[in-house]
Amino acid sequence: MNARNSFDKELERLHMDLIKMGSMTEEAIEQSVHAFTTRDNALAKEIMQGDHQIDDMEKQIETVCLSLILRQQPVAGDLRRITCALKMITDLERIADNAADIAELSLMIRGDHIAEMVQHIPGMASASVDMVHKSIDSFVRSDLDLAESVIAQDDTVDALFCKVKDELCETLRQNRENSDNAIDFLMIAKYLERIADHAVNICEWVLFSETGIHKDKKIM
Amino acid sequence: MANKIITKDLNLYYGTHHALKDVSIEIKEHCVTGLIGPSGCGKSTFLKTLNRMNDTIPGVRVTGNVLLDDEEVYQNAVDVTQLRKKVGMVFQSPNPFPMSIYDNVAYGLRIHGIKKRIIVDEIVEKSLRGAAIWDEVKDRLKKSALSLSGGQQQRLCIARTLAVQPDVILMDEPTSALDPISTMKIEELMSELKKNYTVVIVTHNMQQAARISDYTAFFLLGELVEYGETSQIFSMPKDKRTEDYITGRFG
Repeated sequence: MNARNSFDKELERLHMDLIKMGSMTEEAIEQSVHAFTTRDNALAKEIMQGDHQIDDMEKQIETVCLSLILRQQPVAGDLRRITCALKMITDLERIADNAADIAELSLMIRGDHIAEMVQHIPGMASASVDMVHKSIDSFVRSDLDLAESVIAQDDTVDALFCKVKDELCETLRQNRENSDNAIDFLMIAKYLERIADHAVNICEWVLFSETGIHKDKKIM
Repeated sequence: MANKIITKDLNLYYGTHHALKDVSIEIKEHCVTGLIGPSGCGKSTFLKTLNRMNDTIPGVRVTGNVLLDDEEVYQNAVDVTQLRKKVGMVFQSPNPFPMSIYDNVAYGLRIHGIKKRIIVDEIVEKSLRGAAIWDEVKDRLKKSALSLSGGQQQRLCIARTLAVQPDVILMDEPTSALDPISTMKIEELMSELKKNYTVVIVTHNMQQAARISDYTAFFLLGELVEYGETSQIFSMPKDKRTEDYITGRFG
């Protein structure tokens, strides 16, 4: 007989809550990129207003984790899973914040469409969204290979960010009238780059949860 | 850290019952080693092999080696009384003698021929200080030890063990009969004791093992399943049976 049936059920519920928060975050970033690329202001406003739901979810999961630590005093794999959950929700919440930031900035863009100013932002956006998607997938399936591949993918996003920056510098050199948009685009690119970093963080915690090693260091 | 006790292929039989199976372990000097495992797994039996407390049980047979400072414990020439002086033991329930606090600590000294009052006084004080109970009893040394609380009695028993200047202290669930405050005092004491002694403790309390021991050994059905640094055992145990036990999913 498993002496910890109720604890196992709570861990399973925690896992399901994380998947739910992960998919909410994934949807937020996908939609904010869509709102930005299609200039859908109604959708952008919807994303900004919906951000608090993910904040609430973070608080709820945080409470569950702290309560489990307090009541169950977990060790070994249980402690790693709960630690992973606590760290993951911080990154998921930050991704959602960045998604809301992108939505907010997309409302401010006037005049030239993105494609005319910066060719590489759409590529960067789809790479970042892909990384978030895969990072959550690696957590759901405990897929360590997938987690490693996401970490490696970060270099691609960083390289695209440099290209976007170069493109925007060139745009500003040629035409200073677009400077407001250029700065907004640069900030959006920076948010996308940060989103990819958060996806990497999630994968690093997934690896820790399974191996006890975080960024090549045994931390527990 | 040097090895204080080494066992090699240690087997113990209670008649036909094979209670310890090929236990090989290296217990480090000046460390606290926690022995964990379900009831009947052999951890207390193992503890008692270290100072031959099992010798008195009829039908016990031991094979393999127990080396204390590289000297075989199970050889005929070993003086068991001297061995138990060197490897002291504290039991589950405090068991002070029905005599004064002072006499409880002085008892072992007198047995070992130390009778000069000034020396006995000095060792009694040092032992009571070492067991973190001196301040609580210094003004009532002549009072009965039975008047002390359970936690104080257990620390008195530790002082009694310290008085004969052992190298190793074996503790068999020393806090299981104590309240949380007394338990914490004993746990604090253990981290002090290991500076001068090697401590081996049997505990059923996983959190206690995680808190106080430097090394942890997990026993199951007489077998040493896993032994390693406590931080490793409680974070990334190598054997699934260890993980199942420490996370409470055993059985």
